[in-house]
Amino acid sequence: MLYREAGQFKTSYAKDQAIFPIRQDRILMAILIAIAVLGVPALASEYFLETIFVPFLIFALAAIGLNILTGYCGQLSLGTGGFMACGAFFAYKLATAFPELHLVIIFLLSGLGTALVGAAFGLPSLRIKGFYLAVATLAAQFFLVWMFNKFDWWTNYSASGVISAPPREVVPGFFLTGNDASAVTKYLFLVCFVALMALIAKNLVRGRFGRSWMAIRDMDIAAEIIGIRPLWAKLSAFAVSSFYIGVAGALWAFVYTGSVEALAFQIDRSFQVLFMVIIGGLGSILGSFLGAAFIVLLPILLNNGMLAIDPTISTALVSHIEFMIFGALIVLFLIVEPHGLARLWQIGKEKLRLWPFPH
Amino acid sequence: MNLRALGLAALGAAAIATAVPVSAADTQYIPGLMYRSGPYAPNGVPFANGFQDYYKMINATGGINGVMIEYEECDTAYNNDRGVECYERLKRPEAAAIAPLSTGITYALIERATADKIPLLSMGYGRTAGSDGTVFPYVFTLPATYWSGADIIVNYIAEKEGGYEALNGKKIALVYHDSAYGKEPIGTLEALSKKHGFDLSLFPVAHPGLEQKATWLQIGRQVRPDWTMMWGWGVMNSTAIKEAAAVGYPMDRFVGIWWSGSEQDVTPAGAQANNYKSLNFHGTGVDYPAIQEVLTKVHDAGNGTGPREEVGTVLYNRGIMNAAIIVEAIRTAQEMHGKKPLMGEQVRDGFEALNIDNARLEAMGLAGFMEPIQITCADHEGTGRAFVQQWNGTEWKPVSDWVEPNRAGLLRPMIEEAAAQYAAEKGITPRDCS
Amino acid sequence: MNASAIRNIGGWAIGVPLVIALLGFAFQGLASFNSSFFFAWPYFIEVLIAGLLQGVMYSLVALGFVLIFKASGIFNFAQGSMVLFAALTMVGFIEMGLHWTIAFAITAVVMALVAVGIERLVLRPLVNQPHIILFMSTIGIFYFLDGFGQTLWGSDIKVLDIGIPKTPMFVGKGMFEGGLLINSFDLVAAFVGAALVIALAVFFHYTRIGRALRAVADDHQAAMSIGIPLKTIWVVVWTAAGVVALVAGIMWGSKAGVQFSLALIALKALPVLILGGFTSIPGAIVGGLIIGSSEQLAEVFLGPLFGGAIQDWFAYMLALVFLLFRPQGLFGEKIIERI
Repeated sequence: MLYREAGQFKTSYAKDQAIFPIRQDRILMAILIAIAVLGVPALASEYFLETIFVPFLIFALAAIGLNILTGYCGQLSLGTGGFMACGAFFAYKLATAFPELHLVIIFLLSGLGTALVGAAFGLPSLRIKGFYLAVATLAAQFFLVWMFNKFDWWTNYSASGVISAPPREVVPGFFLTGNDASAVTKYLFLVCFVALMALIAKNLVRGRFGRSWMAIRDMDIAAEIIGIRPLWAKLSAFAVSSFYIGVAGALWAFVYTGSVEALAFQIDRSFQVLFMVIIGGLGSILGSFLGAAFIVLLPILLNNGMLAIDPTISTALVSHIEFMIFGALIVLFLIVEPHGLARLWQIGKEKLRLWPFPH
Repeated sequence: MNLRALGLAALGAAAIATAVPVSAADTQYIPGLMYRSGPYAPNGVPFANGFQDYYKMINATGGINGVMIEYEECDTAYNNDRGVECYERLKRPEAAAIAPLSTGITYALIERATADKIPLLSMGYGRTAGSDGTVFPYVFTLPATYWSGADIIVNYIAEKEGGYEALNGKKIALVYHDSAYGKEPIGTLEALSKKHGFDLSLFPVAHPGLEQKATWLQIGRQVRPDWTMMWGWGVMNSTAIKEAAAVGYPMDRFVGIWWSGSEQDVTPAGAQANNYKSLNFHGTGVDYPAIQEVLTKVHDAGNGTGPREEVGTVLYNRGIMNAAIIVEAIRTAQEMHGKKPLMGEQVRDGFEALNIDNARLEAMGLAGFMEPIQITCADHEGTGRAFVQQWNGTEWKPVSDWVEPNRAGLLRPMIEEAAAQYAAEKGITPRDCS
Repeated sequence: MNASAIRNIGGWAIGVPLVIALLGFAFQGLASFNSSFFFAWPYFIEVLIAGLLQGVMYSLVALGFVLIFKASGIFNFAQGSMVLFAALTMVGFIEMGLHWTIAFAITAVVMALVAVGIERLVLRPLVNQPHIILFMSTIGIFYFLDGFGQTLWGSDIKVLDIGIPKTPMFVGKGMFEGGLLINSFDLVAAFVGAALVIALAVFFHYTRIGRALRAVADDHQAAMSIGIPLKTIWVVVWTAAGVVALVAGIMWGSKAGVQFSLALIALKALPVLILGGFTSIPGAIVGGLIIGSSEQLAEVFLGPLFGGAIQDWFAYMLALVFLLFRPQGLFGEKIIERI
């Protein structure tokens, strides 16, 4: 009833190609943005902003990056953590070497640097495929983390190998990093930034690049025969994906934890982002957000939930049960809907079109 | 599964998550960032149990001047971002102190805790520069830092070799966990090697430390150092001891930092670990009135957090010591701000005025358990002393007196320099402590 | 045995010592240029032997991966946590006072039950899904088993001692100064690994189930059409992988103690896998030997040039270089692509 597009006619090509061709979707999006920008900062406590929304948005960005590579271009990668480390350390070097540069420029530059690294590590993908490639990207993961851990040049010769973000303002008067940064500033900046990046990604995957990536994903030899150059398609996917992941890494170090050592970008991080992409839905920008929300929220929900039900339960048991439920839920989700949360959302929309009169 | 059920489940879960427990106002709140899961759980669990049991004992004996302790724990799994999440979950302005039990998490929390005005007690770990109170007003590193630890081991070696002159030309190796924790002592050791003329060779071990064959082939068969030090944690310790034995390295010339000398580290290696040495800064065993009280008032009452047998082990007692210091800081702060539940900011004053002398230790029931500690506005470390203990197959036995680190002549200037660098980077104006 | 096989074996017999000797001379050359670089032939051989024995330990873990990949095309990430779970269970039974052989048998039964459970609850509902989904589901199993094992048996470090000697041995004292150091524990582990491989080979070649397994590995649908029950085969394969995990768990557990980190050794098996090929049992062994020896040599002789701790990424880089020349691994089946 509410979600019926009868009577909405597309009278121009531009309308036909809109990201949200249905009016209800546009309204929903506007409401969502309004809630995100106005509602959440007003209602959520600092704990929610700092430890749920901030990492959720950063992870969503990283998941978009990995989704471009794995979901759209079909190249399985386990090097996400290493590329995030690239972004974080590049950003640190830039921020300390050029104190007058604006933070956003630093983030974008470190993303570009990561894109170069990503493209270099993407070269083997021209010859290696499938799980072999996945394990090969682990070489990038281990090498990059080792490099940032080993050479103190990256940390400005800090004794412990920990970098910490210098305090910077995003707009005059509002600190994004450092001691004086408020949770609301961080959150609002991330909402705007990530939304913009997601919009760019959405348009990218709808365009020529995205179509060539998907052709490669569906069958690379066939794509080559119809005239897509695998070299450019694969390397551009690696580069764009690494750009997003690199920016996410920089945001992680600067905006979320504030100080970080290379070990924070261990292999677990790669798996975490891969979960988000698969749980959320391969080949879906919306899915990246849903997956990130799921993976960030689930452990915290489980942990807090168990403590809320029985406050005397031992912390060890909570952790172990959390592991078990987390694993079981992943399997359950894959069985219920192997195409991820984004697909569930689509099914929901289909049902909604008929609701409440199913016939 | 239909969508409605899924939606309902999600709503229910969200409702649970938002139900944050509300605390009563007449108790002193102490959060604990512990780890009972993950790769380092075997070492984290006894510490966490000791930490918690001491509070239970205090509560069972009438609290701190009548104020009961409300303790809440969160499992960080020795993982930095879970640590941050835990901190944000547990932090309240009335939190007495935060003890992150991880150098990495300490680094991540220094700024947050300072902004939230909660004292950060990193007892024998964390950022060494944090012991400069002028730059880090909320960070406390008592009773010793890694830099002191490194200097103490070198002093001990010098004593065994017959003076600092004898160190000239000697070979000393450092096996370390390749992380912020393991890298802390390197700067100090390099300075010492220049000063005393010994050769320092460094052997990083990647997390979690199951792979040390190549490292120990180099140490045992190629470099053959006169002494080897270790900055390890968790499974890295026991693996190192086994691999050292496998290349025939003499155990009594192998000295670990205080985090590499617990029962958990030596028992998996069996008899191979005999004669292995490590630093420590507190007593082991149960022959202290306070620990007896933990046994009678907590364990006998059926309230023990862990098994009774672990009471008196190294890491359990370290948990006790950490809790005891926090309780003493609260007690000191109560003398200044009144005998009521205090805010973190007020407990900080207690930390800074902390003076645990022998009489106080006697009153706490911990005489001889640890060194007297005195904290000042500028110096948040104290004496920095520790002793060497040796594993004899069944228990850790002290084999040296308290060894003094060269704080005034060597470490304090280094700390001040590092703190000044931090202050410059962060734009902090050091406060005036004089 | 046909001519090409003989040529193959001959090639390996000549090639391997040649490569080793060349490596040795290369290191020696480096040492003569750079005074901080240490080299001695006995030491080189010592490191090489230690590396080869270490490689067998990796192969033990890699074998479990290969079994499952061969039979079902699933990249089973949960192998590491199966190692941990098996070792925890076995220690648990030993602590109850059972002899270790009995504990071994009971644990093998438990691993069979785990295999049945995985087949029923995870694999059957996910039949015909893309590989990446199955891979994800094994990561789910990884988390579940990790949590489950620790809930049952606790997360303390546990000692597993089944009487394997651990004293260092020195051989050939006359030939080299001080003799060659060989770790007797690793030697035992190598024998166990060899025995396991032979047992698996016999099982695959001479039993009815083994033949069925090979048929399934060749072609699922063809195997089903001639009446091979796929579900039973999967249970058998996962059980076999569980027993391999148990053996790996015993060896690694008595080396490093039984605790959570054991689950992470799966990461050490991955370069072995890609180097040897996902589908080849001999590949897992040879891959383990190559990875084990070269990463130890690299860490000992090249590590000091870069500041050490290079062996983790070195193994992966080496595997990557091999892959560039043989995208299916050393012994993997040739990848044929059709449109």
